Amino acid sequence: MTGQTNLSSIETSTPTLTGAQSLVRALENAGVEVIFGIPGGAILPAYDPLFDSSIRHILVRHEQGAGHAAQGYAAASGRVGVCMATSGPGATNLVTAIADAYMDSVPIVAITGQVSSNLIGTDGFQEADIRGITMPITKHSYLVTDASEIPRVIAEAFHIAGTGRPGPVLVDIAKDALQATTTFDWPHELALPGYRPTTHPHGKQVREAARLLVDAERPVLYVGGGVIKAEASAELLRLAETYNIPVVTTLMARGAFPDSHELHLGMPGMHGTVAAVAALQRADLLVSLGARFDDRVTGNLDSFAPLAKVIHADIDPAEISKNRHADVPIVGDCREVISDLLVVLGALAEDGEKGDYAAWCQQMGSVKAKYPVGYDAPAEGLAPQTVIERISAIAGPEAVYAAGVGQHQMWAAHYVDYERPRQWLNSGGAGTMGYAVPAAMGAQVADPDRVVWAIDGDGCFQMTNQELATCALEGIPIKVAVINNSSLGMVRQWQTLFYEGRYSNTDLNTGPESIGARRIPDFVKLADAYGCVGLRCDSVEDLDATIEKAMAITDRPVVIDFVVERDAMVWPMVAAGTSNDAIKIARDLAPEWEADDL
Amino acid sequence: MTTQHTLSVLVENTPGVLARVSSLFMRRGFNIESLAVGPTEIPEISRMTIVVNVDELPLEQVTKQLNKLVNVLKIVELDSDSAVERELMLIKVKTDPATRGQVLETVQLFRAKVVDVSTDAVTIEATGDSGKLTAMLKVLEPFGIREIAQSGRVAIGRGARSITDRSLRAVPGTQAG
Repeated sequence: MTGQTNLSSIETSTPTLTGAQSLVRALENAGVEVIFGIPGGAILPAYDPLFDSSIRHILVRHEQGAGHAAQGYAAASGRVGVCMATSGPGATNLVTAIADAYMDSVPIVAITGQVSSNLIGTDGFQEADIRGITMPITKHSYLVTDASEIPRVIAEAFHIAGTGRPGPVLVDIAKDALQATTTFDWPHELALPGYRPTTHPHGKQVREAARLLVDAERPVLYVGGGVIKAEASAELLRLAETYNIPVVTTLMARGAFPDSHELHLGMPGMHGTVAAVAALQRADLLVSLGARFDDRVTGNLDSFAPLAKVIHADIDPAEISKNRHADVPIVGDCREVISDLLVVLGALAEDGEKGDYAAWCQQMGSVKAKYPVGYDAPAEGLAPQTVIERISAIAGPEAVYAAGVGQHQMWAAHYVDYERPRQWLNSGGAGTMGYAVPAAMGAQVADPDRVVWAIDGDGCFQMTNQELATCALEGIPIKVAVINNSSLGMVRQWQTLFYEGRYSNTDLNTGPESIGARRIPDFVKLADAYGCVGLRCDSVEDLDATIEKAMAITDRPVVIDFVVERDAMVWPMVAAGTSNDAIKIARDLAPEWEADDL
Repeated sequence: MTTQHTLSVLVENTPGVLARVSSLFMRRGFNIESLAVGPTEIPEISRMTIVVNVDELPLEQVTKQLNKLVNVLKIVELDSDSAVERELMLIKVKTDPATRGQVLETVQLFRAKVVDVSTDAVTIEATGDSGKLTAMLKVLEPFGIREIAQSGRVAIGRGARSITDRSLRAVPGTQAG
C-alpha cells in the first residue's frame, strides 16, 4: 500500500490554534489532496480553515456520494480516500459507503462532526452515535472530545486505513473539540501496540507451498483483490509465466492479470466463465492469493474444488481457513509472498524440481476455447453486452471502468478487456447499487488524465445520479453509460428463472414507449438538466458513433442512455447455493464435458 | 459437541473497548458465556476473561477476529489444567431459627463466609470454580434461595510467567527517521 503516513519531514509543533485548524493541518500532514464532503452544523468549524487550505474540497450532493467517491479515489489510486460529513443524518448517510469499503477492503478515512461533548448521549439535535453504528463495519474508529488528540488520531487513522488489510476508519469529532484552543503536536511515533499487521511471510510456509506446487499436476492461481492492493501484478505475471500455471481472477481482481494472456481463464464464481469454474473444480491445488473464498466464488462449499489442496496467502489471518481449510496457510502481503515463492521455486527448479503442468494448461485452454463468454444477439434491439464490448474496444484498457451492481456489472466484468490493475472499480462484497457514478467521480479526481467510464444500470443510476451536478460544477468529466433495460435487471432475471416470470416490482419504466414503458425519467433530459451532455442510442448502427461522440467530449460529463433489450440474461450462471459443477451456459444448458474435463 | 474455552484478553484501557469486543461477538454469531473485565498491574491495560462455548474451529475464528481489533493486545487461551479459575457468588438464603445452623454448616463445609445476617436470611459470599459453586447451590437450594449475584469467571495461568509481559510496544517501522 502506498497509503502510509509520512511522519518525518513535516512541521511538528506550533503555537495555539483551534481544534478545527489542527484537524486541517493534520489532514495536510497526512498527505490529503482531496476531501469529498458536505458541511453542516457540527462539522462547520472545520470548514472554515478548510477554506484556506491547500486541500481541495469537493462539495457533493449526498453524503453517500462522498463516501463512494472516496472509495473510487482510493481504488483508482491506491491512496487513502477521505470523506467528510456532519453529525446525525450526515454521518448515517455515509454508512453504506463505509460498509462497502469494509467489505472490499478499501482504505478510506471518514471524518464526521459530532454534537458538543456535553450533549453526547442526550439525543441532542442531529445526534447519532455514529461510532457505535459503524463499529461492525469499520477497521477502527475514534470519538474525539479533546482537541489535543486530533493530530495523533488523524495520523493513526491514516496509518490504520492504508496498511495491512486496508479498510475504512471513522473519526468522529465533537464540535466543542473543533472549537477549543489547542496546540498542534504531530506524533513522531504511533503507539499502536495492538496493531501489527504481518506483511512478511513465514519462510517455512513459503517452502511448504513451493513443495506442494512442485508436486502438483493441476494447480490454479486463484487471485483476489489482495493482489491489486499489494501492487503484486508484476510478480503474479512472473509466477504464472515462469511456471506455466493457469490463473483465475475474482470480481475484485479483474485486471490483476491481463485478460489477453493465454494462461488467464477468466473470472470464477456464480457468473464465472466455464473455464475458470471448471479449473477450480478440477484442480489438485489452489494457490489462493489475496482472495477469501466468498460464497459467490465457491457456490456450495462442500462441493467446491473437491480435489484440491489449498495454499491460502492473505494479509488478514482471520481470512485463512475461515470458509475453506487451508493446507498451507501463509500470512503476508501478496507481493512479498509471491516474491518469496519465486525465490524458493527458482532454487528448486535449479535442482531440477519443477512441476509440469503442460497437459493441464492445454486441457483448460481447450475448455476456454470451447466456452468463451458469449451471447446471442437479439433479433431486434441492442444487446447490452455489445454496448459494453464496444465501449471497451473504443476506450481501451487505459480507461477506468466503474460499475454499479447487477446484470450490467457482470457484463462489465466479462465484456470489458482488463489489462491492468485499478482499471476496474466495483462494489463486490457489499453489492451496493449506486456505487458507479460517485466512484467514477472519485477515480476521475484521482487520475484527471484518464478516461473514466461509469457502466451503470437504470436502477443503480437513479440511486446516486445527483452527483452529476458535482461532476458538472467541479469539472469532473466522467462518462456514464446507462445500460437501460427499464428494469431491475438482475432481480428480473431471477424472477424469470426461479419465480415463473412473475415480475414483482422490477419494472422501472425508464424504457421507451415501444416496450410499453413511460421513460420516467428521461435520462437525456436529466443529463441536460444537470449541465451534462445527454445522448441516446438504441441501435447497433449508431453504437460506435455515439461512443466516439462521448469520447470526444472532455469538458463536461456525458450520459448515454443505451436503450437495450430487456430480456438479456447473465450467463454462465451457477444458481445460488448449488454446486459449481451445475454451471449453466444458458437456460437449461450445461456445458458438454469431455470425459476427463470434470 | 461444543466445549467451554476460557480466553484471557489483554486490551488497551480505552473507552469503547468493551463495546468493540461484545459487538464483534454479536456480529460473528458467537455467544459469550461469561465475561469479567478489570484493571491489571499496568494502568493502560485491562484484562477481559471471556468464556465461550464453541468448537475448536470457530474458536480459532473468534481469536483471529478479536486479534484484529486495534485495541486488543494479546489473547491467551487458559485451560483449566494449567490455570487457576475462580468465580465469586453472593447468595441470599432464607433462614429461620430451625434451619440457620444447617445453612451455617454448609457455609463452613464449602469454606464460604457469611457477609450479612438478618432475622430471616443470610447472605453468603462464596468463591471457587464453577463446579464448587454449583455443588454449594445444590445443597443450599432446599432452604430457599432468594437472590444470587454471580461474577464472570476470572482466570490466571499457573507458574511464574506473566501474559502482560511485552504487551506494550510501539508499531515497528513508524519511528520518524
